[in-house]
Amino acid sequence: MNMKIFAFIKNKYNRRKFRRRNRSIGGDAILIVVLGFFGIFSLFPLLYTLTSAFKPFSEIFMYPPKLTVENPTLDNFLDLGTIIEDFTVPMSRYIFNTLVITGLGTFGTVLLGSLAAYPLAKFEFPGSKVMSNIIVYALMFSTSVTAIPNYLIMSSLHIVDTYWAVILPAVGGTLGLYLMKNFMVQVPDDMIEAAKIDGSSEIGIFFKVVMPLCKPAWITLIILSFQQMWGTTGGVFIYSEELKPLSYVLSQLVSGGISRTGVASAVSLLMLIVPIGVFVFSQSNVIETMATSGIKG
Amino acid sequence: MAAEKAYKESFAVIWRKHKYKYLMIAPFGIIFIVFTLLPVLVAIALSFTTFNMVEPPEAVGLDNYIKLIVYDPVFLTATKNTLFFAIVTGPVSYMMCFLFAWMVNDLPRIPRAIMTLVFYAPSISGNAYLVWKLLLSSDSYGWVNAWLLKFGVIREAVTWLVTKEYIMPILIIVQLWLSLGVSFLTFIAGFQSLDKSLLEAGSVEGIKNRWQELWYIILPSMKPQLMFGAVMQITSSLSVSQLSMDLVGFPSVNYAGHTILTHLHDFGNVRYELGYACTIAVILFFVMLFCNILVQKLLRKLG
Repeated sequence: MNMKIFAFIKNKYNRRKFRRRNRSIGGDAILIVVLGFFGIFSLFPLLYTLTSAFKPFSEIFMYPPKLTVENPTLDNFLDLGTIIEDFTVPMSRYIFNTLVITGLGTFGTVLLGSLAAYPLAKFEFPGSKVMSNIIVYALMFSTSVTAIPNYLIMSSLHIVDTYWAVILPAVGGTLGLYLMKNFMVQVPDDMIEAAKIDGSSEIGIFFKVVMPLCKPAWITLIILSFQQMWGTTGGVFIYSEELKPLSYVLSQLVSGGISRTGVASAVSLLMLIVPIGVFVFSQSNVIETMATSGIKG
Repeated sequence: MAAEKAYKESFAVIWRKHKYKYLMIAPFGIIFIVFTLLPVLVAIALSFTTFNMVEPPEAVGLDNYIKLIVYDPVFLTATKNTLFFAIVTGPVSYMMCFLFAWMVNDLPRIPRAIMTLVFYAPSISGNAYLVWKLLLSSDSYGWVNAWLLKFGVIREAVTWLVTKEYIMPILIIVQLWLSLGVSFLTFIAGFQSLDKSLLEAGSVEGIKNRWQELWYIILPSMKPQLMFGAVMQITSSLSVSQLSMDLVGFPSVNYAGHTILTHLHDFGNVRYELGYACTIAVILFFVMLFCNILVQKLLRKLG
């Protein structure tokens, strides 16, 4: 047998042994019990939403209420369909708005936040300390009172009632930058130095060294940012019906009283599917790639 | 003249040396200043005025602050509620986020992906918690009432969401259910970027069990993530409002679910006393700042 392959297999076998060596069976058992118990607690209300969406009206108000559905039906979704047909603005328009807002918002948050995080995380230069502090402090100021000043600023820039009115404040939030900064601190200095000696520019180092090493961080940021943008209703910043995002319309439907309980569950389910899809897709991506490389620090 | 020249030169030197750094920060920086920093500064300025959004703001000095701290009994209730809520949910949710991320990380790949989703699921949809309203509905169709009635624990349906004794515990439970969010994901990502060879080296060097591994290797190398998580949990546990308003109504029975932020909502969005609302925001900001400094000091001692 080829020595190299042999060494590889041996190494792999040893690795597995190491992983197990400091893990007791009792500990594993406790772990599974705890995760199982809290997992059910965590999942239960969502399962309730899932099954409610397929319940006929008679089962929604049944005593005692059940988690399971006896006669699953698509009535709630069909009802939703008929309600949607009466809209003055076609559904596709709302979906388009959401795609633009979510896409640009997420892209902007991740790219601009990461770009700004890198110098603040790895270097000291005049102003870097002050900027880092302001970024953390900004997280602590309640956004409900800044909405009015924000509105005034936007109207003087003439961007009220455009997509920008929801995209720009989201991109200007500091959560993403702060998240990226805390991961970039761990990128070893010698890797940056080595890349610099190889002749890479600062932008080159950022894209070729720092960002690949921080993949779990920006994948997380994509998930968070996507969700935030997906859930935004536009509020007072977008008032034209044809610019409103999907979640605005759907939230209008949910607040339709008790007769709409089934439809509301159907709506909640539909609103959940896309973020869950994004979550699963990006998480599976990160778990695969990170198994082979790790940040050395 | 000479001093001025030296000053100018030093600016030029700094710029030449750090040009790329400033340029990388600039795009975010401009958007941040216009849409985050400037609004915050305006809000702070407004806290020293009375402003009803129709007439121009009128400066009143510290009046709002005095009125809020000395003459507003509801604010006192709100502060008590908020602090109680935060003292329970803040530390508990922080530890939950970390422990669950740690435990999930010990699972094989596919169960790990599934469990991450399970724990994160409540945070995925912004208003998924509304399902608790159905579960805790005050008639016998509510899930909790129905089963408690069936097993004879209670004799008649309990109005969970409008009984003042139950309001705070319910809010705490639902918040904990919701709390495996940003910090949880960050910790998961932290574990994913952990250097595996460090763990193997530890195993060779005589790390006996997972607790030792956690204490000597994982905690020290995850400090940045722990710091981030702490800031997130403090801010989220002190800024509860939407949850309270949606679940127990606004205003809640006997102000039992009234928090600093719902108080702010009352003045900002209902009474249009924006100056006063800004004062509340400034006070809340300082409370958060204080908690953060405290927790960061504690975290620095770690490892």
